[in-house]
Order: sequence, then structure tokens, then C-alpha cells
Amino acid sequence: MKTSLLPRLAFGLVVGLVLIYLMLPVLIIVPMSFSSTRFLTFPPPALSLRWYQEYFGNPNWMQGTRMSLMLGVLTVLIATPLGTAAAYAISNAQNRLMRSLHMVLMLPLIVPIIIVAIGIFFVYAKLGLIQTLTGLVLANVMLGLPYVITSVVAGLQSFDKTQEMVARSLGMNRLRAFLTVTLPQIKASVFAGAVFAFISAIDETIIALFVSGGQYQTLTKRMFTALRDEIDPTIASISTLLTAASFLLVLLAMSGQKKEA
Amino acid sequence: MSAIDPSLAHQRREQVLMTLLAAPAVLVIVALVVIPVGWLAAQSIYDNGFTLEHYRRIFTEEVYWRSFALTFRLALTVTLLTLLLGYPVAYAAAHAKRPWNVLILACVMLPFWTSVLVRAYAWLVLLQRTGVANQLLERFGLITEPLAMVHNELGTVIATVHILLPFMVLPLYSTMQKIPRDLMLAGASLGGGPLYSFLRIFLPLSLPGVVAGLTLVFVLTLGFYITPELLGGGRTVMISMVVSRNVELYAQWGAASAVGVVLLACVLAIFAAVGRIIPLDKMLGQK
Repeated sequence: MKTSLLPRLAFGLVVGLVLIYLMLPVLIIVPMSFSSTRFLTFPPPALSLRWYQEYFGNPNWMQGTRMSLMLGVLTVLIATPLGTAAAYAISNAQNRLMRSLHMVLMLPLIVPIIIVAIGIFFVYAKLGLIQTLTGLVLANVMLGLPYVITSVVAGLQSFDKTQEMVARSLGMNRLRAFLTVTLPQIKASVFAGAVFAFISAIDETIIALFVSGGQYQTLTKRMFTALRDEIDPTIASISTLLTAASFLLVLLAMSGQKKEA
Repeated sequence: MSAIDPSLAHQRREQVLMTLLAAPAVLVIVALVVIPVGWLAAQSIYDNGFTLEHYRRIFTEEVYWRSFALTFRLALTVTLLTLLLGYPVAYAAAHAKRPWNVLILACVMLPFWTSVLVRAYAWLVLLQRTGVANQLLERFGLITEPLAMVHNELGTVIATVHILLPFMVLPLYSTMQKIPRDLMLAGASLGGGPLYSFLRIFLPLSLPGVVAGLTLVFVLTLGFYITPELLGGGRTVMISMVVSRNVELYAQWGAASAVGVVLLACVLAIFAAVGRIIPLDKMLGQK
């Protein structure tokens, strides 16, 4: 269809500006993190690794980082099998009960996190789970489950179920048929779900604000507290590392999904 | 009647097995969402006996209804802005040729997977008095005094729109992608100008995506916490902040619970209303 040049240019300009707006924060964080001064001048007067040294040399930041990484790994280890089993059930049983269970499993995406966070805070306070690793892991498994389930359900949709039935009719039991026939073909979806659950655990801040603390303080809680008090440029270096890490993970997950499709 | 149909028994067994497979995940959600929220609801009406005092205060005390009004106003502003900015981007992503469409989607997805904290920090750096935005504006002689763009509502809106824009673009994009190109060509061949074809053919067909995006962004803004807390400068007190302050500062658990329940009721009502038009799982698939 022919559209005259001027509207097309104007349209392109609008889209370009919105894209710049979208990319601006990421683009600004990286040079800031290499700045030599504490003051937030742009462009930075000179380059240095000062804020990275500050981050890697500070035991508090390191403790938070170790805690967040451990939390991410534990969350993935629990949420991935639980979510995959639930996704398998959802795509195999198309009855009313399963449809309502599916809805229940999506609740973490529906209920505002702040409400879940204070609810969990109240319950944990009664159970003595505040400032414990168990409490944090459980909360993050809950948040990660919808990601794993959504990803694996999508993967199972494009998988031909008769293959598993054939394997079973040839004498394999159900678990073995799933592990040797189905799982290898949906592994990219499982992996993508696991990656999203990991990123969600690393990024989670609101629940951590209420229930993490002491030696179990997450990186995001420390960052939030630091941001509330003053703007510490160390956060620019942490942000750059976090962004680079989640970007690489997402690329990894997506390239896996592409190959499968 | 004594012999049960073997296929029926098989079906029954299959159902039990599937339910058992889903059970652990369901248990986690029940223990960490249903029970805590239920506890919250109970606490909002029970304070040494049944009471509606906490709810009465929401409607009578200015702090509360002011915060609700502010939150809904902000949510409306943010939702309309994301639609305004997101529609052209989604349109471009759905129509541009490779590699442009990939580039556009990458620009939408990269911030999407960047931590909310990181983005809030970036906006603080960009928008503060001595920040990059003010420096640039001053250098170009557009302003003589730094503008107050952060620690107020403006800063909250700028950052919130940024964080939620992908939630608008993605449903729009997936709807627009499915609109057959031929329809627009047919419209043109029948003599419709580009604007006419767009308004009469493309726009109506993209409405499901618009509704999904509007709902997601509106509901997410209602519960937003980190961004207004960091960029609002303590003056933009949204509902989520009333909830957290009642817990953290004042230990008013009953009041916090009641506010939380009202917020949740709003969110569920919106999802239920929109769920009649668009299946809920389709909407949440974007998240």
C-alpha cells in the first residue's frame, strides 16, 4: 500500500523516540558504572573501575550477591520439577478440575505482590520463618512456578503425545517414557522456564524487603535500602552486571527455544 | 451394573494421577498465596472480635481515600500513556521487515528483562536535579533552572510508563501480527485511503490486544510499589505504600490488611470483568 513519505517519516520518528526512551536507562547505566567520580555527571569525566572495586571489595555486597545466587539456584531446583509436573498434568487432563487448578497456579501473576508479601510476612511471623533461607526459597518457588508452567505447557502443546503413548505401549513405564521420549523434546521449554524462574528470584525485591534480613539479606534488598538513603554509584556497577547477566540468560533461553521450534 | 467399564476405570486412574502430579505445585501456591491472603482478610475484620473499623477508616479518613484516588489516577495516566506510546511501536514491530522488526522487539525486551530496581535507579540518575536530563536541557539552553522531574508524581509516571510499556507492546504485537495483510490491501483496492483502512479495518481488529494491554498495565500499576517508593520522594503515596507503611512503621496490621483486601478486590473485579471478553490465561501469557 502506498503511503506518502511524510507520514511515514513522522511515524518512524515517533517509534524511534519511544525506542530511545525504552533503551535510555540501560544505555545510561553502563557509562555511569565506569565513571571516576561520585557525582552523576554525564558523560563521565574519566573512566575507572572504581565502582566495580567498591562492589567486589565490600563484604556486604558480596554477602547479598552470594545469597541471591544461592536463592536463585535453590528456587530453580525446586520450581522446575514441580512446575514441569504440573504443566504435564495440565496438558494431559483437560477436565474442569484441572482448569481451575491451572487458574490457582497462575495466582502469583494475578494478586499484587505487595499483598502477597504482607500476607506471607504475617504467616511467617507466626511460624518463625522470617529471616530464614527456607522462607525466602519457598516464596520464590511460588513466584517462579507460573513462569515454568507457562513455558512448559507451551512446549507440550507443540509436542506430539502419541510418541509417549507408543513408548508406553512398547512396555516402558510412564515415568521412563516421559524422561526418555517426552522430556528430551521439550527440554528447551523446561530450560527457558527455569531461566525465567531464576531471573525472577534474583530480581525479587518486595517479599525480600519484608522477610529477608540479617545474614539472609538478598542483593536486591541491600540495593533498595541503599537507593532509599542516597544514590551510591556502586549500584551502577551492580546494575550493569545484573543487566548483562539477565540479558545473556534470556538469549540463552531463547536460542534454545528457537532450535526446538 | 457391577462391572465397571475398564476404559472408565482407566480414565479415573489417569485423572487421579494427573491431579497428584499437579498437587505439589498447587500446595505451594495454596500455602504461599491463598493462606497468606486469607489470613490477611481474616485479620482485616478480626481485632479482638469481629470489627469493620478498619474498613470504615478507609472510607472516612482522608489519608486512605486520597491514596486510593491518587493510585487510580496514576494508573489511568500510565495506562493511557503506554497505549499512546506502545501502539505505534507494536505496529512498527508487526509491519517492519527483518532486521528492523527484530531490532524493535529487542529494544522492547531488553528493558523488560532488566531488574525493576535497576531501572528505577537509572531514572533517578537521569531525572534528578543535577541529573543527565537537566544537564542536557540546560546545555541546549531550553531551561535556566533545573526542573523537578523526580521525587514527585512526574518521576513516578516517567519510570512506571517505562517499566510497563512492554506489557502493552507485547499483547498488541501478538494481536497485530495475526491481522492478515490482505485485508488492508482489499480495503485499499476498494478505494479506502490508508487512514480510512486503518481506522475501519486495522484498529478494530487490534482491539483485543488493546484491551489485554490496558488491563495488564492498569492492574499492575494499581499494585506498583518499588518505583513510586524510590521515585515518588515520599509524597506520591500509592496504596501499596500505605499498606507497607502500616506494617513497617506503625505496626497497624489490621489497617494494612483492610487496605490490601480492598486493593485485591479492585484487581479481581477488573480481571473478572475483562475476563468475560478475553480469556484470562491469554492475557497472563504476556506476563
